[in-house]
Amino acid sequence: MSVLVYIESEQGKLKKSALEVASYGKAIANQLGINVTAITFNMSDASELGTYGVDKIMNVNNVKEFNAKIYANYIQQVAESENSNLVILSSSANSKYLAPLLAINLNAGYVSNVVALPNDLTPFTVKCTAFTNKAFSFTEINASKKILSLSNNSFGLVQSTGNATFENFTPETVTSNVKIESVDKASDQVSIADADVVVSGGRGLKGPENWGMIEELAAVLGAATACSKPVSDLGWRPHSEHVGQTGKPVASNLYIAIGISGAIQHLAGINSSKVKVVINSDPEAPFFKAADYGIVGDAFDVVPKLIQKLKTFKAQNA
Amino acid sequence: MKILVCISHVPDTTSKINFIDNDTKFDTNGVQFVINPNDEFGLTRAMWLKEKQGASITVVSVGGSETEPTLRKALAIGADEAIRINTEAKDGITVAKELSHVIQDRGFDLVIAGRESIDYNGGMVPGMVAALTNANFVNNCISIEIDGSVVKAIREIDGGKETLETSLPLVIGGQKGLVEESDLRIPNMRGIMMARKKPLTVLDGIGANNDTCNSKFEKPAPKGNVTLVSSENIDELINLLHNEAKVI
Repeated sequence: MSVLVYIESEQGKLKKSALEVASYGKAIANQLGINVTAITFNMSDASELGTYGVDKIMNVNNVKEFNAKIYANYIQQVAESENSNLVILSSSANSKYLAPLLAINLNAGYVSNVVALPNDLTPFTVKCTAFTNKAFSFTEINASKKILSLSNNSFGLVQSTGNATFENFTPETVTSNVKIESVDKASDQVSIADADVVVSGGRGLKGPENWGMIEELAAVLGAATACSKPVSDLGWRPHSEHVGQTGKPVASNLYIAIGISGAIQHLAGINSSKVKVVINSDPEAPFFKAADYGIVGDAFDVVPKLIQKLKTFKAQNA
Repeated sequence: MKILVCISHVPDTTSKINFIDNDTKFDTNGVQFVINPNDEFGLTRAMWLKEKQGASITVVSVGGSETEPTLRKALAIGADEAIRINTEAKDGITVAKELSHVIQDRGFDLVIAGRESIDYNGGMVPGMVAALTNANFVNNCISIEIDGSVVKAIREIDGGKETLETSLPLVIGGQKGLVEESDLRIPNMRGIMMARKKPLTVLDGIGANNDTCNSKFEKPAPKGNVTLVSSENIDELINLLHNEAKVI
């Protein structure tokens, strides 16, 4: 018996969220006194996983592209061959796409948006976010098989000593009627889901033509760019950047909000970010009540200065 | 084409979230309930399909009679009939099994559900319904075009989007992008009057079992005060982020 962790990679490189999933899997395996098995796809070397507590890697080769149904089926086959009653996944778009399919395949109880280790093993109880980060729920799972999707950045990376064995797993193949025609993804930009730092702009920036400084600030920090709902509704920025209750949740280490007043729906969406900085000319903006650090000032004055100072700082600390 | 739009009855996005009974129950006192925003984008997209290429639209919700005003609103927006499955929406799998039973019983070509509800954010019902009814599934769907039984859909992925080809029967987990915020329809008086006459069928549930339950709720710890830095002293902000918060 082992805890099974689903490890995502991109072009042969393990994703940071996957290492977090491995770290979490190891911690929970320690509680249960069992080993950690990882399932990877199209990897030739995933030995790094050993340093995050994985004992055994089962790699599936020759899977051309992500397909939720096929991946869920292969993960099920590995879970069954490893006799795993607990599967851990990340909160990536792909993980959340396949997890409910896997839950039906395995007849497992599934809890998403998990933010901590189980606070009880009998009954098995985990803490997860609810009401779009406005609250937490302690959720009991009463099924014998369990699937957890872990919120990004909620557990962190924990290294341990050890080596992972590596073997290729050849599943019985399945087909899907959902086929990818094309993928439109900027390969040089960090996505909001994967970002440690997110720089976000609001209506206070007055127009899409002023986003240059947001992008420059993000580039200096290696950050993803995001925006408030009005900005996406006005078409200044794409929907994929909209952060908040009906947009994307953000769970970055640092969230910098520029010209965003801080509507309750926006604050809910970014509540899981660890450190929040607000730059706004209105000292009464609700965001100041939700932020850790704030500057009352005109974005067009503050942001260029911040970019210059950060460049100097980065050069000194490189 | 028969379209089913699954509707969650959820607290309005501006709601303050509080709990009662020793933090075990959501306090609905003073809370305005609405159609789950992700479902409402899907309902509006369904209306476009109906108007452009012809379709019947059924809306369904799992829950007690308190959800009926929300279903009536969906009828006023333009759905043809409503079904309420009269059982408690205990968790995602309960809802998915109850919906799947109705779907298999009545047969639908396209099932549209929101990618997640904004109350419990499980994000699992659409996928579970697809798996239980053996339908194709596209999550985080931001565009759908149907030509005969061929479907072109666009799915939002982390950092981009993916164009997919699939076929009916299909379940999608929808979100903003299916239609824009400005495309959402506010029911007019005629729609509201007509909605009163449209059928709202109450079905008994099949008694699906839950796998999970919320044993207790907790609100986030109150936030400490913001540390304000002068706009003339950016170095201080960088110093705080580096040495105190340790995030840069």
